[in-house]
This record gives sequence, C-alpha cells and structure tokens, in this order.
Amino acid sequence: QAELRYTLNTQLEQLHMRYTGTGHPDTTKYEWLTHQHRDTAAAIVGHPPLMAYVALADGECQARARFEVMERMVQPCGKPPGKTDE
Amino acid sequence: MHLLNLTLQPATAVSGATVGSFSGAKGQEILVVRGGTRLEMLKLNTSSGQLDTLCTTEAFGVVRNVQGFRLAGMTKDYILISSDSGKLSIIEFVVQPTPHFESLYQETYGKTGSRRIVPGQFLAVDPKGRSCLLGSMERTKLVYVLNRNAEGKLFPSSPLEAHKAHTLVTHIIAVDQGYDNPLYAALEMDYSDSDEDPTGEAYEKVEKYLTFYELDLGLNHVVRKWSEPTDRRANMLLQVPGGQNANTDKFDGPSGVLVCCEDHIIWKHMDADAHRIPIPRRRNPLAQRGESSRGNIIVAAVMHKIRGAFFFLLQSEDGDLFKVTIEHENEDVRAVRIKYFDTVPVSTSLCILKSGYLFAASEFSDQNLYQFQKLGEDDDEQVWSSTDYPENGNERGALPYAFFTPRPLENLLLVDTLTSLDPICDAKVVNLLGASSDTPQIYAACGKGGRSTFRTLKHGLDVSPLVASPLPGVPTAVWTLKLKEDDEFDAYIVLSFPNGTLVLSIGESIEEVSDTGFLSSSPTLAVQQLGDDGLLQVHPYGLRHIRAADRVDEWSCPPGTTIVSATTNRRQVVIALSTAEIVYFELDPEGSLAEFQDKKSLPGNATAISIAEVPEGRRRTPYLAVGCDNQTVHIISLEPDNTLETLSLQALTAPPSAICLAEIFDISIDKNRPTMFLNIGLINGVLLRTVVDPVDGSLSDTRQRFLGAKPPKIVRTTVHGSPSVMAFSSRSWLLYTYQDMLQTQPLIYDMLEYACTLNAAMCPEGLIGISGNTLRIFTIPKLGEKLKQDLTPLSCTPRKFVSYPYANIFYLIESEHRTYGSAAVKRIIQEKEANGDRVDRKMLDLPANEFGRVRAGAGKWASLIRVLDPVLNESIMTLELDEDEAAFSVTIAYFERMGGEPTLVVSTAVQTTLIPRACKEGWLRVYAIRDGGRTLEFMHKTKTDDIPMCVAGFQGYLLAGIGKSLRLYEMGKKALLRKCENTSFPTCVSTINVTGARIIVGDMQESTFYCVYRSIPSRQLLIFADDSQPRWLTCVTDVDYETVACGDKFGNIFINRINSHVSEKVDDDPTGAGILHERGFLMGAAHKSDLIAHYNVGSIVTSITKIALVAGGKDVLVYTTISGAVGALVPFASMDDVEVMTTLEMHMRAANVSLVGRDHLAYRGYYAPVMGVVDGDLCEGFSSLPYSQQQSIAGDLERNVGEVLKKLEQMRTSSAF
Repeated sequence: QAELRYTLNTQLEQLHMRYTGTGHPDTTKYEWLTHQHRDTAAAIVGHPPLMAYVALADGECQARARFEVMERMVQPCGKPPGKTDE
Repeated sequence: MHLLNLTLQPATAVSGATVGSFSGAKGQEILVVRGGTRLEMLKLNTSSGQLDTLCTTEAFGVVRNVQGFRLAGMTKDYILISSDSGKLSIIEFVVQPTPHFESLYQETYGKTGSRRIVPGQFLAVDPKGRSCLLGSMERTKLVYVLNRNAEGKLFPSSPLEAHKAHTLVTHIIAVDQGYDNPLYAALEMDYSDSDEDPTGEAYEKVEKYLTFYELDLGLNHVVRKWSEPTDRRANMLLQVPGGQNANTDKFDGPSGVLVCCEDHIIWKHMDADAHRIPIPRRRNPLAQRGESSRGNIIVAAVMHKIRGAFFFLLQSEDGDLFKVTIEHENEDVRAVRIKYFDTVPVSTSLCILKSGYLFAASEFSDQNLYQFQKLGEDDDEQVWSSTDYPENGNERGALPYAFFTPRPLENLLLVDTLTSLDPICDAKVVNLLGASSDTPQIYAACGKGGRSTFRTLKHGLDVSPLVASPLPGVPTAVWTLKLKEDDEFDAYIVLSFPNGTLVLSIGESIEEVSDTGFLSSSPTLAVQQLGDDGLLQVHPYGLRHIRAADRVDEWSCPPGTTIVSATTNRRQVVIALSTAEIVYFELDPEGSLAEFQDKKSLPGNATAISIAEVPEGRRRTPYLAVGCDNQTVHIISLEPDNTLETLSLQALTAPPSAICLAEIFDISIDKNRPTMFLNIGLINGVLLRTVVDPVDGSLSDTRQRFLGAKPPKIVRTTVHGSPSVMAFSSRSWLLYTYQDMLQTQPLIYDMLEYACTLNAAMCPEGLIGISGNTLRIFTIPKLGEKLKQDLTPLSCTPRKFVSYPYANIFYLIESEHRTYGSAAVKRIIQEKEANGDRVDRKMLDLPANEFGRVRAGAGKWASLIRVLDPVLNESIMTLELDEDEAAFSVTIAYFERMGGEPTLVVSTAVQTTLIPRACKEGWLRVYAIRDGGRTLEFMHKTKTDDIPMCVAGFQGYLLAGIGKSLRLYEMGKKALLRKCENTSFPTCVSTINVTGARIIVGDMQESTFYCVYRSIPSRQLLIFADDSQPRWLTCVTDVDYETVACGDKFGNIFINRINSHVSEKVDDDPTGAGILHERGFLMGAAHKSDLIAHYNVGSIVTSITKIALVAGGKDVLVYTTISGAVGALVPFASMDDVEVMTTLEMHMRAANVSLVGRDHLAYRGYYAPVMGVVDGDLCEGFSSLPYSQQQSIAGDLERNVGEVLKKLEQMRTSSAF
C-alpha cells in the first residue's frame, strides 16, 4: 500500500510538471480561474479565425489584439488573493 | 438529418505567408495559408504581372506556422509546418506532373489542438536549414536537428528540450550566426512571482527577457546561453544577418536581433551595446491637450538581402512601412537608422521577391502586390539614427517622439490585387435580379475599417467586354478565319445570316470585303482554314474550297438534297445531307478535298455532327459524332481501315440540338493526355458530357447538367491558350481546364447566340460572339474564379444589414471602434480652433481606405446607417450617428401606428466598451422609410439601460434584446413603449429570430431559447424550450418551425430541433399557463432541443441563409465565414446517397489526405463530435488520389471509379456550384 502511494505521488508530481494547469486537491479558485484564462488566451491566439473575430470587434489590427491577449496572460485575473491562515 | 458540406468559395484570409524557391525552378513562389487551413502556392507571372495560383490544398487542420528551409546542397526549399495536429510536417512542393504538395515527414511531438503548452505557436528555422525550434506560448520549446538519411530523404532528429516552466513566450526567432552553432532568440516573461504576490508588486516588476538558446551540434544539446531583460512591451523579434562569408571573410551583418517594442526598436546581441531608435509616428491632429496616445507597435516585418547588403521593412499598426538599415563594421554596429517608406494596408505577413516585388498579405480584405520603384534611398524623408541619441538611444525612459507625415505611395507601385472577401460580417443570399437570373446572388458586407466593402457575388466567370457594334441583321453564327495555317492572327470574320453571308476583314479597322471568294448569297454552315493556305465554306447546297490564285473547287449536293449540318477541321470535312446520309471528305496530298467513295446512311436525320481537331502529329481525327433526330448519338470511325463504320451508340432522353467533340485535359480522367469529350446539347437545355474512349470509340462516364431554357449550341474555343468548349443557352457556359481539372462555369454576360475565338493584333486572346443584332468582342480575364464580385466601398466596419421588402434596397449599419466619427472630429476641431490651436487638416483628409482613420481610445466609435442599392452597387444615402454612438443591430418592423408600413429600427449604444461589455446608454432609433425605400426619416429614439445587441420586428411590435433581457416594445408617438419583458436569459441576448408566432432567442454563451408571446391574461414572453449545451452563438437561422441552424464562435455549425409534439402543445396553449407552470428541467426550461447535426467548419460562421442555389434545386443552408469562405450544407435526397457518401468519407479519412497529419474526424469534431454531416470537400479529394487507391475505394463502394466521380459531381451540381 505504502509503496503504491509513493509511486502514485511521484506520477502525479510528474504529471503536474509536464502538464501545466493540471489541478490538485489544493487548487484555489484563483489558480483554477487563472489557468482557465491563460488557456483561453492561448486558444484565441492559436486559432486565426478567433483572433480575427476579436480584432474585428475591437477595431484593432490582429497583431495588436494578439499582443494584448498575450500580455494579459501574465496576470489575467488580477492580483492573487492573500494567503489565509486556514 | 443528413447533410453534405460543400465549400463554394474557399477562405481567403491570409494567416501566414512565406517566400521561397519551392519548385526549384527559376523564380520564387509565395506560400500562403488561407483561412488558417488552406495552403496555396502563388507565383508571379512575369508576362502579365499578376500572381497566379499554382495549386491549393485544404490541410484539414489549423496551420499555425509555415516556414521554408533549405539544407546545404539542396536545390529547392522545403516547407515546415506546425499545426494543431501536434505534428511537425515537412512538405515538398512538387511541380510534375501537376503542381501539388507532398507530405514527406510527420513527426509527432504533442497533443492535438492549439493549446497553451503544446508547441506550434512559434516555428523558427535556422537560416542554414540545420535545425528548427518549435515553441508554445508557455514553457515548451523543442529543438529538432534536420538531417538527411542515406537516400537523401529529409527527417528530423528526436527533439531536444529547452523548456522553462512558468514562462510565457511572446516571440521566437532564429539568430543568424552563419555556420556557428544554431542560435534561437525568445522573448520570455516569468509569471511565477506575480502569481504568488498578493500585493501586486511582483506583477509590476515582471520583466521581459531576451533569451538566447544555443543548439550545440557537437554535443547535441540545447543550452540557455544568455538572458537579459529588455523592454516590457516588446512584441516581436527580427533576425539580423550575420556570419562570415566563406569567400571574402567579410561579415554579412552584425548578427543579433531587432527587438520591436511599443514605440521603439532595439538592436541587441550577446555582449554588445544595444542601439535604440524610435518608431516614427503620425501626428494625431485630434489629440487634445494632456491626452497621451498609445504607443505604436510593429505588426509585420521582412528582411531582405540585396547584393551583400540588407535592409528591413517594418510595418506599424497604422500600415506605415519603415525602412530600417544597420550600419556595421564586421560585427560591430555603428548605427541603426529608420525612415518612413510608404503606407500599405496592415498585413499579417510581408514577402519580398528577388525580382523586386513586395507581397503584402493584408490581414483583412484584398491582398496587394507591389513593385519596388526605388528603395527610398535618395529622398528627403527624415532619417532617425541611433547615434542621434545619447548612448545610442539606450538611456532610461522613452525616446522623444519622432513624427512623420504619411503620403501616397512613392517607392512602391501597386501591380496586382488578389480579391478577398474576408471578413464577411454579414451576408444574405437572395435573387434580386428577378427574371434575368435563375439563381440567387450572395450579398456580403465585408472588410474592416476604411477598407470595408459591400460585395455582390454572382456565380460565374467575369467577362470584360471590348466592343459591341450593331449589325445589319440578326446573324445565326460567327466564325473567324486565318488565311494561312501559319498566320499568327485571324484575317476574316464570317457572319452567317438566314439569307446570306457577310465577310469582314480584320485590319486596322474591321471592314466588309467582297472579293474573298465566299458565296455571299446564301447562309453558311461552316467555314474552315483548310490545309496550308485553303479556305472552305460550307453552304446548304455545297462546298466551296477556295485555294490560292483564284482557284475555287466546288462540290455540289446531289440534286434535291441540301446539307443540314457540317463539321470541319484542318484536314477533314464531314457533311450531313437532308437524305440522312453522311459524306466524308479528306484533304489529299495535293491539297484538294477528296470525297470518300461511299456515303453513310443514318437511321434518322442528323441534327448535329462534330469532329475534333486533328491531333498534333496525326493526319486525321479518328472519330465523328453524329446526333440524329431519333434521339441517338453515333460515334463513327474515320480511320482508313473502317471508314464510316459505326463504333458506338448512345441513346438520349431528347433529340440533340448540338454536338461538339473536343479534347480537353482533365487529370481525374487521364493523367497524361487530353481526354476526348463528347458534348451533347439536348433541346430541353441539358448538356451531356461523355468521355470517348481513345482506342475503340466507346462512350462512358456521362455527366449531365442543366444549362438553361434554350436548346444549347456548342462550339470549340480556345481560352487562355488551352482548348475549351462554350455552350450557349439562356446563359453562356464555358468548359475549360483549370488547375488540371475540367470546370463548367457560366459566363456573367448578356445572352449569346454564338461565339468563337478571336485572335487579332488588337485582342490576342479574345472571343467574338453575337447577341441579337450586335457583334460582341470580349475576353475572359481570370479563369478559376467561381464567383464574380462587384463592390461598393463603405466607410466603417459593416455589422449587419436588412433588406427593404418592396424594392432592391439594403439598410446597412457600420460601426468602428477606437476611432472618431465625423461628429466628434467636427467638435474637436471647433474646440481646438476656439483655443487657438492649429489643426493639421491634411492628416484628416487622407483617404481612410489607404491610410486608415485617426486612432482613438476605447469607447470612441464612428458609426453610420447606409441606404444601399445592391443591384446598381451604389450607396444612396448615409446617416451619421451621434458622437461615440455605435449601431449594433438593425431590423424592419411593422408597427400598427405606422399603418403596417415597414419601419426601420436601429439599436445603438453610446461609449460602448467591450472589456467590460458596458455602455453609457443605449438607444433604439426609429426611422420612417420614405420614397420607395430610398430615404430614411428619423422619428424618435428610446433610451435603454444596456447595449441593445439585437432587434427584430414581431407581430406589429418590436422585440429588443437588451443585455440579459428580451423586451417587447410598441410604437408610441414620441418613443417606443415597453410592454413586457423577460429577464431570465443567462448572459446577453445576441440574436432574435421570429418564425410565425415563435421567437427564437440566441444567448451569447448559452445557445438558443424557444419563446412564445402571450397577451392573455397579461402580456408575457415565455421560454418553453432551451438547449442543454452551452453555445457561444454568432448567428441563428430558422430552418423550419421546429428547427434552427446556428453558428458559434469556435467555428461550429449545428442544427437543433425541438420535438414536434412539444411544439404543438405550446401552440395550443392560448394563455401560456401550461408553459409557465411546467416544471423546469436541468435548471432551465421544461423542454430541451435535440442536437441533430454538428460540424466544425474551421472558421467562425457569420451568417446562414436557407435558399435553393440552382434553378429547380432543393433548399440548402448557405453559410459565410469570417475568413471569407462561402459554403453550403446540402440535405441528402436519399439514404442510398447517405450510405455512399459516408462510406466514401470513411475511406477518404483512412487515406489520410491531410498535409499536416490532422485526423479528419477529430478536426471536424473539434469541440463536439461531428454528427450527421459528411465532408464533401474531403470526398472530392477522391479525384486527386492515385488511380490504384481510387480503384480500391470504388471497389468497396461497389462502383467503378468513373461512377464515384460522377456521383461526386452530381452531388455538387444538383444543389450548388
């Protein structure tokens, strides 16, 4: 049993290392949301029609719209909440 | 429901382009990615100065990046593609036998899809072609070494990782170091600190790093070699030439990179002092005091090496091109300079051809090709140099602004334009031409900003008319003639009238001549230049062979008979007599016509006969085709050993009116030689096209097509130098070879009775035809274009349009964000002048279609309502809206107060911002329509508290979707009066469709809601059914009373239907009490709509229309996309067809035709599994498979290859084009 738990853990760690954004029991709402937003931003940039749609609606050129979406990935959901003592 | 998806017009938007010598031949080609999924190879045709499409292929996957590369010692460039297939594809462009792309290698590296940590967003190739780097937006970077194996085949090594976690990447390029180890540069941002810091301080301090990764070829290892912070707002990197020239030991350049940032460009390299220059900007004539405008970024760039030197062209987001040069001494940079070059539309990609052309792949609308007139070297444009600033511009803080004045093109000359529909913002498919057209046209509002256009698309080839001159009577036929076989140009035009023949000579002018030897007193059946220098006229009573030196050989019909039909080529003449006999003549060695001793009798009178041209290097064409009035067609041999023997026979459904044998190339039938096609026009207007077997003359593979209401005439012609066939019915049709496939397309021109090729000095590749009593000379400028476009320029981004029900008038709304409307411009100028400030009016007068408009911040809008005549392509009237007021939706409503007359309602919002979606106030503007639809008269406007995204007329009322609520308004005297509302929509009401008493409301994120309106006991809008899936809707169309077809933001198109008994129950409930008190299901309405079809189109669908596209065809769903594509979903007529096409699709999927290696089923089911839709584009790929593969697939379908191809063609032509 103990051995299994040990291997399971390392596998999980490896998974988290490999797949950014994979959740775990302690994922906070903020972390989850941030990952969601970053994934969305990456999907917008990665699909040319979606990028064109965003640019068209906003009256920007595509390169500018792409740049702003990419920049927003650094902190898409504002400041992280402070650590609580719980 | 089973549907077939057909692309009518492929996407035109360019998402990437690269230039290279992909064919290995002289000259360069441009590879463009259209609509993110389609690869197209363009080549400059040096004789015409136009860009020709060599080949185009659907990749069935999202192509994210393309790069050309060449390993040392190779003679041509290969193509590297990163796509959403999670594979790195190496593709070769092969010219022989027909241009096509060939997938050489597909290396899997990750998951499918365009995801955050799956590489593919960036693709950088070492300039020497030794390795490439694939990067994702976050963390992952993979470096491949490109090798050749023993057979010389390319293959990538296993990847080397250069990952860095918690790092966002803005751009990656390869650094040119010559033959030193490959080096890559990346712009990176680490977010790990800012994710942990609740104070936000770390976020403020996040820096962007310029990081160099070196691939050590010796150790086969990637190291992070150097990393240094750079400007936080850097968005792009550019390769600077470097490395030593092997012959001269001179350095090609200083190496390093140009870092493009907001307002600045920095040259940087490891361990070297940077140089920084400003990006010059336009003066904003409307800038008010204290207003700071946003910086300018570089959106596209290209580096070009020319005779040992190099320069860059950089394009800013206004479209201005800047030339950047670097002065260097070996590896040391002395100065970086920048100057204004020219202004071209904002591009996604710039390509310079070595022959001195610039291809600017505009991000929206038409793409342009420019020729360099000069390189901006000796003009008086201001130059900004890094040496002008302290520390080469590297001091802290921003550099002072550098201003320039944009001007019309000076260094570039526009030489060609590739028309492009993207983005189609809204479209309607309707026949506005009434009786003069039997098919509907597509009306599309396209483009963005100042380059917006309203386009009318008609199916057919564009014709450019040259001459239209009246004739003394109504001729029945026209021919052109050369005098001698080796003449370059035609000398005579022969016109046959019912009672005579007219000969015109072509010289400086076209004049009648009488001394030609032709019989002018009787009509003519055929004329021909015969042998070396003979001329032949066939008239109803005989043949006249006019030979040189006034010698005329005559052959007369046996007494009592006449010639009813004749056909000729250079060496053979065949005539059909009224006694149902055929007489055959052939040119003998002396050059006179020799009659074959026997006559051939036919089972019925011949209505039409035809022989093909003499094939090159042969003495005669082997077959004669005869159509008889007993509804048969005979193929008769003309070979010496079995002359006039019937070889094969085909029964027809109606008597033939015309026949034409022609040899045309079609790769799907014969890959090496032209195929002999027998074209038969039936008196009921149907064209049959049959393949004649070259060996035994048997007929096979008959295709049929309805041409028009008149019995067609068919002639052989030459178009763009290759043989083609024209058919004349109530429309004129052209059958020709384009990209090695036979195409059948109507001409968009007046009805023609007859036409033939005209080869004259004034018009080398023209056609001459007759229409009524006029002679027409015309050309067909561009083959291969399925849809002819007529356009009307617009001033802002079009949003939506509606048609006036009683006349050909459209009301179009245009609104553009981040710019000033004319009201705002006027106000600001007034204010500035009142303050005594100078206003640079020259900047404001620059045409917006070339230079764009003056930029403004978020919340500033320019918007107008336009009254447009789509048939005449003119705009009748425009109505500007108030300052910062933007129109979002438009509809026609029929109010009781207006006497049931159509009234225009436009919903607008003031100072709208998109993030967050908000506005200061919304308005519903009501306009009375006067003057037969041509004038709009403002009546009143009603304030709303949120953005009214959509409006629709409903039973004498107006429905408006305002934020989360759906409201019903009645027309009042001074405003609209709110009668009731339903506020239970989850996100934002974005579409409203009314079908009878039913209202279908589309929510921005939560799919459709079926609603009804009940006025007893009180007014209510009740939702009775909704969808169980979230859908981010873009457009909704009702297919029938229970069914809707919708498009969403991710490129899906799907069809939802509610149960018919739910539908009946709701209609039978007059008070709505039943609906109101029904128990909700799954936290929503009591009933759910069922998904019955789903398909990923690959681009965002912006409009869907249900209409029949061909005369007498069934209704199809025509959709348009933001990438400029037009497609159709065609319902299947029978389950047999469904079975055949589904099986064929399955086999085609197995054949794996995707160039990028994307699994087709996964691609079409990108977000939800594909359901009930067969991909016709994939199935049509069957025609380009190798024959053996075709045979095995056809075998599984229990058909032969020809039958499968016929089925495919029939599926398309029976309901679309």
